Amino acid sequence: MRRLTSVACLLALAALALLSGCGEPQFSDAEKKTIASLALNTLPSLKPDTTNQYADVPAAAALGSTLFFDAGMSRHGTVSCSTCHKIDRQFQDDLPQAVGVGHTNRRTMPLAGVARNPWYFWDGRRDSLWAQALTPLENPLEQAGNRAAFAHYIKKRFGERYERIFGPLPDLSSVPANASPLGSDAEKAVWNAMPASQQDDVNRVYANIGKAIAAFERSIEPGQTRFDRFAIDLATGAKPEGDAAFSPEEVLGLKLFIGKANCVTCHNGARFTDNAFHNTGVPPVDGLPPDRGRVDAVALVEADPFNCLGKFRDGDESACRELRFMVKDGPQIMRAYKTPSLRGAADRPPYMHAGQFSTLDEVVAHYSKAPPSVEGVSEVHPLDLSDRERAALVAFLKTLSD
Amino acid sequence: MASIWRYILAGLGLAALLVGIVAVVYLTLPHSASGPDLSRSKKTANGLFVASFEPERGVIRQGELQSWLLTLKTAAGAPVEGAAITVSGGMPQHNHGLPTSPQATDYLGEGRYRIDGVKFTMSGWWQLHFGISAAAGSDSVVFNIVL
Ligand code: HEC
Ligand code: HEC
Repeated sequence: MRRLTSVACLLALAALALLSGCGEPQFSDAEKKTIASLALNTLPSLKPDTTNQYADVPAAAALGSTLFFDAGMSRHGTVSCSTCHKIDRQFQDDLPQAVGVGHTNRRTMPLAGVARNPWYFWDGRRDSLWAQALTPLENPLEQAGNRAAFAHYIKKRFGERYERIFGPLPDLSSVPANASPLGSDAEKAVWNAMPASQQDDVNRVYANIGKAIAAFERSIEPGQTRFDRFAIDLATGAKPEGDAAFSPEEVLGLKLFIGKANCVTCHNGARFTDNAFHNTGVPPVDGLPPDRGRVDAVALVEADPFNCLGKFRDGDESACRELRFMVKDGPQIMRAYKTPSLRGAADRPPYMHAGQFSTLDEVVAHYSKAPPSVEGVSEVHPLDLSDRERAALVAFLKTLSD
Repeated sequence: MASIWRYILAGLGLAALLVGIVAVVYLTLPHSASGPDLSRSKKTANGLFVASFEPERGVIRQGELQSWLLTLKTAAGAPVEGAAITVSGGMPQHNHGLPTSPQATDYLGEGRYRIDGVKFTMSGWWQLHFGISAAAGSDSVVFNIVL
């Protein structure tokens, strides 16, 4: 009889456990695995960048930080990297399109975790953090400088610091004040008249400016959010307490994100990005020049003298596999843009490559409707989400910011 | 009292037997209905070659550029040398291609070719198609990979 009662007791206990579990967020094992893969604690430590031998040299990072915030690094002394990448705004500027010396055509990208990207810019037209930094410096709409002027400026302002890191500066005495292969017609003509060895000297200083700035940017990493605390508790079986506990709406949003709404197919891993390019049917902005995204970036990155296969790379060519094996053509790269990280997104509208949407509600409505792309084929398909589901997705996205 | 205990035991035994039978039936049935064919070694479409495809380091890591080994043998088991190999693929359920352009980069001997630049950016069902041209002729093969 005692045995029977103990069996009955066990059964009753099991039933109770099941019942009491009903009020808790319930996730399948597959869902739990996906959630764990999104948590910040799964972010691997930052890999060394062999193409930049100064990437982890503290003095280089310190100089890079100075340059990042120095408006002297522009044609009129008015614009620095930090004009658009504001340190207290997740290194972006809250504008639909960035404004430097002129009005640009794209939205400023936030920089958390940026050193982990294989490709830079919305269209990936640069292949390293240091090569990226050289682009806004000479872009007439951003800092509008030219590399000869930057070399002179570095020598004048930071010569000693530069030489302690990179070794002796070249003789710049006969280098013209303004010259660049990408500048105004006059600057181009002056550049083309320079002997190759002098062009090389200037390019070398220019590349090192990029390498110092990149060393600084490597320290910009994403921070822990409510979602991460929730995910860690879920993984360890602890009951999420305080702000780590999710409301039923946030749980529904998370389930949609990793399930029916398919967001996690592209926004995956601890940074919520697959680092790849997709056409998601985001419409172009009236009045801006035509923008075809990745399809036009392929030739640009291949032609960049500072790319991984160029002579300014440190280390060997084995670091260049992303460039070597990139997709160069095909319909899938038409109007394809890089999947952005969603960490912190709720706190920094507007959204998309040219600030097309001003709220997360608009973003989620776009995915729900999934309009066809004006050019190329959108990879997203209509989800027809209910009002409640759309609100839940937005509620979940906010947990990546708190 | 003992009799109830015996019933419970018998019940448990029966249940175990049932589970066993179901498992055997499930394992021996062809699995075409339950997902793509995941074998890593198979005959090419027209039976010219036997192809095997394995990650060079043994494990698949989502989001990382990896190299794989494609091993080609003739139907008779001789290694296929000097093959020209093209690679394409994508995700059949998402209607998109590969995020990279993998290539056959090295011949490692004994019919083994390094396919470098393979990257799977998301979980799900991926397909890699190989076009193979060698002395014996041209053929193709598709491997399914589910992450
Ligand atoms: C005028 C505003 C502006 C200035 C100045 C500026 N940026 Fe940017 N930054 C942008 C915009 C806009 C983009 C996206 C541009 C695109 O995709 O074409 C961007 C993209 C980037 C990216 C790519 C991030 C990613 O995830 O791909 C990095 C890194 C970056 N900027 C760093 C810098 C550095 C370093 C400087 C200074 C040398 C700088 N930026 C100067 C506006 C600016
Ligand atoms: C096919 C890949 C893909 C899928 C699926 C996808 N996204 Fe995106 N997401 C992108 C790309 C690419 C962009 C940038 C597009 C652009 O700027 O044109 C983006 C942009 C965003 C942005 C704007 C971020 C910013 O900083 O501008 C948010 C928010 C977002 N996605 C949320 C979601 C949600 C929620 C889902 C699921 C309903 C989802 N995404 C599904 C690829 C995808």
